[in-house]
Amino acid sequence: MKYMLLIHQGTTPTPLDPDAWAALPAEEQQAIYAAYSEINATPGVTPGLGLQPPETATTVRVDGGRTITTDGPFVDTKESINGYLIFEADDLDAAIALAARIPAARLGGAIEVRPIMEW
Amino acid sequence: MVAALVGTLGDLDLAEEAAQEAFALAAERWPRLGPPANERAWLITTGRNRAIDRIRRSQNLAAKTRLLAAERPADAGPPGMSPDGSPFRDERLELIFTCCHPALALEAQVALTLRTLGGLTTDEIAAAFLVPPATMAQRLVRAKRKIAAAGIPFRVPLPEVWPERLAAVLAVVYLVFNQGWTLPPGDRPRGECPDLVAEALWLGRALAELLPDEAEVHGLLALMLLHDSRRDARFVLVAGGGEGQVEQVLLADQDRSRWDRAQIDEGLAVFRRVLGLDGRGPYGLQAAIAVAHTRPGPDWAHIAVLYAELGRLTGSPVVALNRAVAVAEVEGPEAGLRLVDRLPLDAYRYFHTTRGELLHRLGRIPEAIAAYDRAVALTPDGPERRQFLRRRAELESAGQG
Repeated sequence: MKYMLLIHQGTTPTPLDPDAWAALPAEEQQAIYAAYSEINATPGVTPGLGLQPPETATTVRVDGGRTITTDGPFVDTKESINGYLIFEADDLDAAIALAARIPAARLGGAIEVRPIMEW
Repeated sequence: MVAALVGTLGDLDLAEEAAQEAFALAAERWPRLGPPANERAWLITTGRNRAIDRIRRSQNLAAKTRLLAAERPADAGPPGMSPDGSPFRDERLELIFTCCHPALALEAQVALTLRTLGGLTTDEIAAAFLVPPATMAQRLVRAKRKIAAAGIPFRVPLPEVWPERLAAVLAVVYLVFNQGWTLPPGDRPRGECPDLVAEALWLGRALAELLPDEAEVHGLLALMLLHDSRRDARFVLVAGGGEGQVEQVLLADQDRSRWDRAQIDEGLAVFRRVLGLDGRGPYGLQAAIAVAHTRPGPDWAHIAVLYAELGRLTGSPVVALNRAVAVAEVEGPEAGLRLVDRLPLDAYRYFHTTRGELLHRLGRIPEAIAAYDRAVALTPDGPERRQFLRRRAELESAGQG
């Protein structure tokens, strides 16, 4: 089974918000970096590409042939996706276990585990 | 049976259909030819063969792959038979954990458990949970689809997640029990409504057999056995409205000769297993409280201690309310009321009946009546509301006398 793990940052501090990031103790910052590199090195994981913060997003709709663009993400900034990875695993339990290791899951965000359609 | 087939076939729908076909074939053949030596193994093998036929017929590539993947080596013995000779243990256990997987909505977990392990029909489950059969059918279809699409495994969970996954299974069984327990005999929904209490006891016994070293499993079984032992004393028929009506009877007022003595003994025996395993989990503690209530003149100080411990585990204000009742028995109604009044339970009917009783004992009758008014307002018509109303009337005449 292949899963996409969608990382919703929520209120998780990230280096993209320097003030919030600086408020974390140094060892916590280290732990977060270490956890992400361990996850990316886990067999079966294909790391996702980094995304700029949701404030930089542009949302596009087409209404009657007219393209309408709006500033910001489709969902609320707090609910938007800040990262993703692909995980090839035996079953959902393995994907849940990996999701639980992603730091955002314990720091105010959440991980959505979505099975990837296979043909 | 379905459990064993799912273990081999890796597909719930397929296993259910295969089991049905095997039973149909048995019903046709056994009366003519006599039953086979090992009926269960015959059913499993037949069901499995039928499923293979079905897959070949349908040319369903996905199902075929699953079946092939599940094919066991020839020397592994008959499928579903564990080495110690007890049949199907692992398959049943795997199926329970699959049905109660937290990636499924709780209501779907309950429905799946009753459908695949309890063998209830979709219509029966719908009747028991007061939803239209089509809704329940849809719920089951969606849950099975999710199991397949999301890759929910048919296996016993890993040690890292074992406590929370076991808790999920126990919660489903307890929910089934409570759904059956809350419905008094006269208020059973019409139609084919199954006995959910019996289903929950069956599941509880099966779990106790499958997981003999888990204290909480025995705790839940003991708790359910002891509660259900009072079923015949919980309601009385009272005159009213031309027809007889069912009214709830409180534990302290129950006719103890109507308790099921044999079932109490079974509950006590199961509880000894909890003690032997040094179980102090939420179900073990609730079972200990139920045990204390089987004795005439219960030890309220002990019960208060048990509720305090349970409260520390669960942080539940309802548990704190029960502890306050026990404290009131030991230290008097004033001490109990002090604890009760701190609780954020204004929308909970028993908060108000408890206050009503404590206020009554303190001679504060108008306040006691007001508390019962609030409880009545929070309770739908039925045996419980009738008991509250009668109690309110008693308080009123006590106030006038």
